[in-house]
Amino acid sequence: MIRAILIFNNHGKPRLSKFYEHYTEDTEQQIIRETFHLVSKRDENVCNFLEGGMLIGGSDYKLIYRHYATLYFVFCVDSSESELGILDLIQVFVETLDKCFENVCELDLIFHVDKVHNILAEMVMGGMVLETNMNEIIMQVDAQNKMEKSETFIFQSTRQDR
Amino acid sequence: MPAVSKGDGMRGLAVFISDIRNCKSKEAEIKRINKELANIRSKFKGDKALDGYSKKKYVCKLLFIFLLGHDIDFGHMEAVNLLSSNKYTEKQIGYLFISVLVNSNSDLIRLINNAIKNDLSSRNPVSMNLALHCIANVGSKEMAEAFAAEIPRILVAGNTVDSVKQSAALCLLRLNRTSPDLIPMGEWTARVVHLLNDQHLGVVTAAVSLITTLAQKSPDDFKTSISLAVARLSRIVTSAAIDLQDYTYYFVAAPWLSVKLLRLLQCYPPPEDAGLRSRLTECLVTILNKAQEPPKSKKVQHSNAKNAVLFEAIALIIHHDSEPTLLVRACNQLGQFLQHRETNLRYLALESMCTLASSEFSHEAVKTHIETVINALKTERDVSVRQRAVDLLYSMCDRSNAKQIVAEMLSYLENADYSIREEIVLKVAIQAEKYAVDYTWYVDTILNLIRVAGDYVSEEVWYRVIQIVINRDDVQGYAAKTVFETLQAPACHENLVKVGGYILGEFGNLIAGDSRSSPLVQFNLLHSKFHLCSVPTRALLLSAYIKFINLFPEVKPTIQEVLRSDSQLRNADVELQQRAVEYLRLSCIASTDILATVLEEMPPFPERESSILAKLKKKKGSSAKLPDIDETRRQVNGSTEHSANNGTANTSPPLLLEDLLPTSRPRPYSSSPILLSASTMGSAHSFTADMLNLTSTPAAAAAAAVGGGGGGLLVDVFSENSTSPSVDVSEDHLERFVCKNNGILYENQLLQIGLKSEYRQNLGRMYLFYGNKTSIQFLSFTSSVTNNTSQSQLIVQAKPVDPMIEGGAQVQQTLNIECVSEFTDAPELTIIFRYGGNPQHIAVKLPVMLNKFFQPTEMTSQDYFQRWKQLGAPQQEVQKIFKAKYPMDSDATKAKIIGFGVALLDGVDPNPANFVGAGVVHTKTSQVGCLLRLEPNTQAQMYRLTLRTSREPVSHTLLELLCEQF
Repeated sequence: MIRAILIFNNHGKPRLSKFYEHYTEDTEQQIIRETFHLVSKRDENVCNFLEGGMLIGGSDYKLIYRHYATLYFVFCVDSSESELGILDLIQVFVETLDKCFENVCELDLIFHVDKVHNILAEMVMGGMVLETNMNEIIMQVDAQNKMEKSETFIFQSTRQDR
Repeated sequence: MPAVSKGDGMRGLAVFISDIRNCKSKEAEIKRINKELANIRSKFKGDKALDGYSKKKYVCKLLFIFLLGHDIDFGHMEAVNLLSSNKYTEKQIGYLFISVLVNSNSDLIRLINNAIKNDLSSRNPVSMNLALHCIANVGSKEMAEAFAAEIPRILVAGNTVDSVKQSAALCLLRLNRTSPDLIPMGEWTARVVHLLNDQHLGVVTAAVSLITTLAQKSPDDFKTSISLAVARLSRIVTSAAIDLQDYTYYFVAAPWLSVKLLRLLQCYPPPEDAGLRSRLTECLVTILNKAQEPPKSKKVQHSNAKNAVLFEAIALIIHHDSEPTLLVRACNQLGQFLQHRETNLRYLALESMCTLASSEFSHEAVKTHIETVINALKTERDVSVRQRAVDLLYSMCDRSNAKQIVAEMLSYLENADYSIREEIVLKVAIQAEKYAVDYTWYVDTILNLIRVAGDYVSEEVWYRVIQIVINRDDVQGYAAKTVFETLQAPACHENLVKVGGYILGEFGNLIAGDSRSSPLVQFNLLHSKFHLCSVPTRALLLSAYIKFINLFPEVKPTIQEVLRSDSQLRNADVELQQRAVEYLRLSCIASTDILATVLEEMPPFPERESSILAKLKKKKGSSAKLPDIDETRRQVNGSTEHSANNGTANTSPPLLLEDLLPTSRPRPYSSSPILLSASTMGSAHSFTADMLNLTSTPAAAAAAAVGGGGGGLLVDVFSENSTSPSVDVSEDHLERFVCKNNGILYENQLLQIGLKSEYRQNLGRMYLFYGNKTSIQFLSFTSSVTNNTSQSQLIVQAKPVDPMIEGGAQVQQTLNIECVSEFTDAPELTIIFRYGGNPQHIAVKLPVMLNKFFQPTEMTSQDYFQRWKQLGAPQQEVQKIFKAKYPMDSDATKAKIIGFGVALLDGVDPNPANFVGAGVVHTKTSQVGCLLRLEPNTQAQMYRLTLRTSREPVSHTLLELLCEQF
């Protein structure tokens, strides 16, 4: 089972955090910091797996991560998940984001936090892998966008947008 | 076309995010966020109905603020309202907010459940999916109760669309985790298993996850899934990617589904049906063959996906542990990976080999890779990989290679990463004991261990070496000689002094014949270390000295001289002083016979399971997991004949030790009056207590017994006698916590204490997080709460905390707090631990104040003034006029008043600059209503604070707490 999915940048600023176990807000922030601390000090070209930090559950959990340009994608999983499988899942996630946002970059994640959550929700649900087929995922996201578009006429608001 | 066009973002949101990103300082960021929160709050509270777009925008802003680590304490109701919107966008954002921000104990669950119920019965797949996601993400007990019957129905219904089926399967899985007993089994089991035949591979993937979890719980009910899973796997593995829709990933057919199917099969023994069995074997062979084929793509994704399946197939082969040819092929494949240029593959190969090593068919094959593994230990750049190498060496160790492996691990230990040193120490200690044929080797190894990594040698390890030496008379002389030689080094680790003191005290006579290690030389050697040691070690050495008096009458005058010196007889430490006095007196008045009886050689220890093994099990999953895996495998494989042999292959240490160590000798309880008195002080007669009767201070014995109960009190007594006066209680931090519940309570160079607390009515719960900032472990860690106020006012119960904190680690302690009646003094937290041998003592006031038990009360202006008048008696009002300590910022003041616990009442006071609040203080015995009013005078930089409550002492306490905040 996946316990948490975290995205943060090279400076440790969180860009997405999704926990599938309940923690208090403070613990969640501490977990993000701890995870960043563990992952960021690792060289490039070392392996993509390491034991989880104390807060997330220690050595019973693994952190599986990939580093893309300015962003770290980290999945915290228990022993029931295949390491390489999760590594590929991260790749699918990123490729999907890339398709949805056209050359995704950090700013897209910042300004479209809701979209990123929705895309992730198509892949992972309650800590389990829901769908791995990118075409299927993108189809769902497209369908959502269509529905959104059909409702946009309501949003044409002329009021000050603050 | 991109699925998300970049232009459709919300401008207000974009502006806000840019503002935050432009903030130069944390303070500026917080200020901007508070402003935004106030804005959103007023928008939500305002009477103008918000349109869907605005609601969405504000919820997005809240999500962003939450992501930055700020508490969001409102907006939940608005989000719940969005759930029942008939617009998709609004519904979706409502669900998003709830799954990110609402936890499973929220009060809103009932309302949320209602909305979910409506969506589930809507027959609209989009709404149904949103609802199922929400259930899976929140996954609370209430939700399980509400939907346990509904979801299986959706899952197996014929007209449910595929995407909903997928969600329903995982949703059910999640609920089964939260409350397994609630999910009705039986009627729909067969239909769930049948989902493995579904056309849609996404549905199959989700279903396999569900079935795997259920099969682990009740394997018999899902036995039928084996044949379906094998059939499905066979079609994937052998197919030419025709019926796989889009599930081919970088030229690999449905890798995730294959992995999941192989996992499911690991819940069961090899299929009994011969046809099925050969079909599965064929699949596994095909997968192994494919690994040898040239890659179809150079992309790393291709090899990842392919190898994910391969590793899972190997895991299944190891699990079945029945086909020697497959096992050997698996082992060879892993052997290739051990030298692969991809670090990930080397890591996984080491990990898989660890489990392979416990199979009797492949244990020998694994052993052939020993050189590669040792090389990995020496050359891998990545600590994660090196750690796996250590694990593998540990599991491939047997009598034939133990000496080599122990030597390699010892030499690695010298430069090992701090984070894994203690684990390696434990592993070396266990192997040395388990595979020792020649006990001189064992003694050498442990002494080396202490020399190389003394700081990481826990008490269990050096207790154990003493235990073994005492129980085996063939090694005693050698042990005495070796410790004597090792102690010659100018700088010895304190643990070595302990072992040396104990062993020479018992068996120094065995080497006293040699003039180079005559009694006087031995004594002088030990005593030369005395002054550098901590109190417990000195106490142990004093016991060794009195034993010397018995063993060697000729050194009696010298030792008596030492005992008589002021530094012993008047030692500030009460334990050392007592020992010196008693031992001196004993040596003066007792006859030789009595001395000989009192100070007789220690009787052998009764045999127990090695305490080191218990410690390793407790400490780390990885290696300790091995026996567990064996256990489950044995259960699964049932009566297959080799499983019995498996047990002997991994001989567990207790059995081995029974063979090696005499157990029948009677063990006299304790022979000395002094020792007897010491032993009555430590109440737990565990192994530790046995050892410590003689060797250590009662305080330390008690500290070691903490958690076992009984000893805790002693620690308090001792700490109060010896150290309390010198420690001043840190108190000035208290006012920081009057208006907030979380933060850093205390910090010095060694230790950081974080605090989180929550209160409801008269009850509170506090979580303390003790973070070890150093790289060295804290030992004998205790923390207790002393309550200066009486039990009739405040009750604080502290849960016990682990007596050891690893370097860099954090442990948590929970306190339960109950307010019985009003109180003024905050309870005090006392922390005692040893850091590198030095005792540390920290005392901190805990921020438990009366205002924490406030419940805010909203009321109208009319009600407020009516109550204000009711509380008009002169003793009910207290007032204070004071100068502002902080800048007079209205937002900050509001936040503080809310943080104080009362409701901030807007529009009550005719003067808008004033602040008015109301709340009720809950204690067990009474509830005290409280009204407060704060009037700032910005010109004079002064405040006037007025409080009215029905009880005078409460008014005073609250006034004192609050007036320090502005």
